[in-house]
Amino acid sequence: MADACTLTIAQAHKKLKAKELTATELTQSCIDRIENVDGVLNAVVHKNFDRALEQAKKIDSAGKFDHPLSGIPFLVKDNFCEKDTPSTGCSNILRDKEYLPPFESTSTKRLKSAGAISLGKTNTDEFTMGASTETSCFGVTKNPWDTTRVAGGSSGGSAAGVGSDECIFAVGSDTGGSIRQPAGFCAMVGMRPTYGRTSRFGVMSMASSLDTIGPICKTTEDTALVMNTLAGHDPLDSTTGVIDVPDYSKALTGDVKGLKVGLPKEYFIDGMDPEVEKAVRDSAKQMESMGATIVDISLPHTEYAVATYYVICPSEVSSNMARYDGIRYGHTAKDPEDLVDYYHKVRTEGFGDEVKRRIMIGTYALSAGYYDAFYRQAQKVRTLIVNDFKEAYKSVDVILTPTYPTPAFVVGALDGDPIAMYLQDIFLVAQGLSGMPGITVPCGFCSNNLPIGLHLSGPHWSEELLLKVAHAYEQATEWSEKKPSI
Amino acid sequence: MATLSDDDVRHISKLCRLNLSDKEVKKFAPELNNIFDYIAKLQEVDTKNVEPTPQPTGLVNQLREDEIVTDGPTTKEMLETSPLPIIDNQIQTPSAHG
Repeated sequence: MADACTLTIAQAHKKLKAKELTATELTQSCIDRIENVDGVLNAVVHKNFDRALEQAKKIDSAGKFDHPLSGIPFLVKDNFCEKDTPSTGCSNILRDKEYLPPFESTSTKRLKSAGAISLGKTNTDEFTMGASTETSCFGVTKNPWDTTRVAGGSSGGSAAGVGSDECIFAVGSDTGGSIRQPAGFCAMVGMRPTYGRTSRFGVMSMASSLDTIGPICKTTEDTALVMNTLAGHDPLDSTTGVIDVPDYSKALTGDVKGLKVGLPKEYFIDGMDPEVEKAVRDSAKQMESMGATIVDISLPHTEYAVATYYVICPSEVSSNMARYDGIRYGHTAKDPEDLVDYYHKVRTEGFGDEVKRRIMIGTYALSAGYYDAFYRQAQKVRTLIVNDFKEAYKSVDVILTPTYPTPAFVVGALDGDPIAMYLQDIFLVAQGLSGMPGITVPCGFCSNNLPIGLHLSGPHWSEELLLKVAHAYEQATEWSEKKPSI
Repeated sequence: MATLSDDDVRHISKLCRLNLSDKEVKKFAPELNNIFDYIAKLQEVDTKNVEPTPQPTGLVNQLREDEIVTDGPTTKEMLETSPLPIIDNQIQTPSAHG
């Protein structure tokens, strides 16, 4: 089956179980697809094809496909540590002496234990700092729908990989929008779970109070299947919740009758693409026709979200990036005068501009005399942002917004304008700061064929509800069935 | 908020253990100033009597029994990732005293 790579998890699982397809054929189909299109897309930065085929063979000879992920090939964002596998965060500081972690991230461990087959690592902005995958030391990832444009970021490689059928699903990380924006740019389903729903163990930290791990899939049904495996308490990540994980697949009933959907006025702004606005407003009407009630709401502190995020995130970055000092792993420097000079050389040579920029913002914001004005004030505004959401969820079940104001932009279009890049996540960071879950699903295409994303957010631990609503919408429309022509 | 001078940027970069060339200082200084101007809008928010949020879900850290767990990587495996010489299970770094 040459086009097996186009299958969803659910479809492939059925065929594997019925012996109409082998894991080896499925894996080979994805590998062939990567070989054919990745020269243009640049989504995959480390390939583990031999190991994947070996694994597929083992699974085929065992012949058991009880778990829905058994024999299903996937791609992993390069900030996840995979044992003895190049894991570089797409940064020269780990690429130069290629980092081969001696341990495995909890997420990849869980997926592999379920029988899923890791094909390789995907491109990301350096240590996930960016919204376009342009800050990667491996170069930009192109969008499968228009290869002159970015795939989004930072999980651009994962989104473009699934979006072009290089794999059946992928995993990424979301700090301020890094799963949802690229998934939206590539017409995929992307979920950012509640902070602490999935384990961060073995994933390179960017901003520890914001980072989350989640799937990028072709459908909501697949998203539920991957979440069933990723979610749950991990003794190795003390910030994960000891909270029961429901069977997310059972939530997919297609029924949204009586559901209250909030439409916040602050998310329909001047300067947004009229086609994006129309598609999102149409999707609200669609939900209404399915029995949901649309409620106009307000999230009054929305305008402060990006500023809050760009204090808290760089502050945590400046502390997390301190570990890259050329001692335990990564890049080394020649002829240092002393240890401090060594640190300077290693970090100056190893980090790219955006990482340096954020370390400097964070270091300044945390420095004596400025801590209260910047960091503490941002943490307080964060409280007001969280309270906006809590207040809203007293009157609505979910909040519906665009995933982004404008579709995928041309490569290089935002060069030299960091604030314009930061504003890419204007509709996603507030919800990221709240620690609440969100999901993006395709809701249309612009006249130039670029995908439009619809974003649903809900209260803490409401992944089940979000999957249910997203699924109902997806089933009632045909946007998810469209494929790019690459 | 005060505007950062080139010397301020040089000072911050030292705190960050980063060397910036004069050309880079000229590039980063206006960028950082633009970003801090943007962030300054947080000052207009009234946060009197508002508690900060360091962690949004309210979960408290999970503690485990204090017992020895041995299923992690070995010392040898952890040392192998270092780019520096290994002597007697220790990493030889450049001298701290020059």
